[in-house]
Amino acid sequence: MNDKPLLLDNVSFCFGSIDVFQHLSLAIERGEFVAVVGPSGCGKTTLLNLFSQFLKPSAGRVVCSERLRMVYQTDSLFPWQTASENIALGLRHVKKQTERDRQLGEMLRLIRLESFAGHYPHQLSGGMRQRVELARALIGDSDVLLLDEPFSSLDYLTRIRMRNELARMLMQLPRTVVLVTHDIEEAAQLADRIIVLSDRPARICAEFEVDLPRPRELTHPSVVTTVHKILTELGLEHEGKRVMVSPTAEGIAQNCS
Amino acid sequence: MIGKPSYSSDRTLPLVVLLGAILIWTLVSLLRVFPESVFPSPMAVLHGFIEELRSGRLLDDIVASLFRVTTGFGLAVFTGIPVGLWLGNHARARTAFLPLINFFRSLSPLAWIPFAILWFGIGDLPTVFLIFMASFFPLVLATVAAVANIPSVYFRVARDYGFSNTEMLTNVTLPAIAPQVITALRVTAGLAWLVVVAAEMIAGRAGLGFAIWDARNGLRMDLLVSGMIVIGVIGIILDRILLKLTKIPSVRWGYER
Repeated sequence: MNDKPLLLDNVSFCFGSIDVFQHLSLAIERGEFVAVVGPSGCGKTTLLNLFSQFLKPSAGRVVCSERLRMVYQTDSLFPWQTASENIALGLRHVKKQTERDRQLGEMLRLIRLESFAGHYPHQLSGGMRQRVELARALIGDSDVLLLDEPFSSLDYLTRIRMRNELARMLMQLPRTVVLVTHDIEEAAQLADRIIVLSDRPARICAEFEVDLPRPRELTHPSVVTTVHKILTELGLEHEGKRVMVSPTAEGIAQNCS
Repeated sequence: MIGKPSYSSDRTLPLVVLLGAILIWTLVSLLRVFPESVFPSPMAVLHGFIEELRSGRLLDDIVASLFRVTTGFGLAVFTGIPVGLWLGNHARARTAFLPLINFFRSLSPLAWIPFAILWFGIGDLPTVFLIFMASFFPLVLATVAAVANIPSVYFRVARDYGFSNTEMLTNVTLPAIAPQVITALRVTAGLAWLVVVAAEMIAGRAGLGFAIWDARNGLRMDLLVSGMIVIGVIGIILDRILLKLTKIPSVRWGYER
């Protein structure tokens, strides 16, 4: 049995005639937090869809945990269910009602939304909705969390708050995490390892490790250095010289190939 | 400056307008602008109303019309929504059937009156048929559109959390289309109520439509107006009842976002 909860072994994938991946290999360790950055349309979300087995590779092998949960880019809470009913979806496998109630209560406390348990998603702010999404994915016995640009629809400050929130939740409920994001700050502030993908057919053009406990401050020197390294890799900053750019990975394809 | 109307003015303003309309009506009939035989006074209408009420005819007519509307509309709901669900989920069937359904939706149900009488004679059946024809097609189309508009991410989430096919229908599709379907129910119920009056005028031997046609034949304009008022009031009451459906907490999201 492979102890890697997530593994892509020499995987190729194509959408019709478009090659998204060719012979891509990537192993993710148990408990590791990996962020994937890269240009728009390079196949970041496809990578998650392969891990979640929503898509089958054209060639190669995908290994993934059965207890895997995904948080989507778009609002994916059921609007007809309250916050607690949405979170309780993650407890469907728990047979005993008392146990479900206990875990649900704990989760609502963890995300600090006890007083909003009976609210419907449209009655919550964007940040609160995202906390409910994370709670739904974290509750129960999942061990892998796939995050597809989970904070991209939030404003800048809420996004920073949500990063701290996620780090805090993961301290309580450790998981193996793959975060797909175009926000390089987010990747540097959260991940143990950052993978930079090239344009299609995507390959890993760089990997950076951040050896710093979470939660991390955005302005911590290691985080800033990592952001600089990634931007340099993407050709948006230059070694030893700081250029003012927006720290996103859009339009960086050429520099990476 | 235009201010937001207060709650009390929300209630009193329509009443003021209503009383004003009755006042103008009274004045016009008192001044004998039109002869009494073509413009009955409010008092004459009230007397006619009381006469119809005492004789029991009014109640019989109301029951007859409501029975037909409930039956025809009920049949349309119980067949139209499932057909809409099926078409919504089967693209090929949708392509094949939608033009025909659109054709019948655009065809005034009153055009069916000759056939309704030919096939079903006079009485409940032809009216029920006409009401069915009036409500079925709009309900199918509204349901198809609602199903097509369900964000696919809801089905991804349902799949992630192990929903069965039945649960996909009962716990995702139906709650997701509920707000739009309720709106369609209100519109089609209003349509059904319009049609029952017209249908009973020609194909009825009882009912409110027949009553006003009968009043016209007997030159009883007071009864005609009294019938018109009853029809209008019941129409409003029916809509109010269906409006209650939009207050259900789990469908509020469809109206508040």
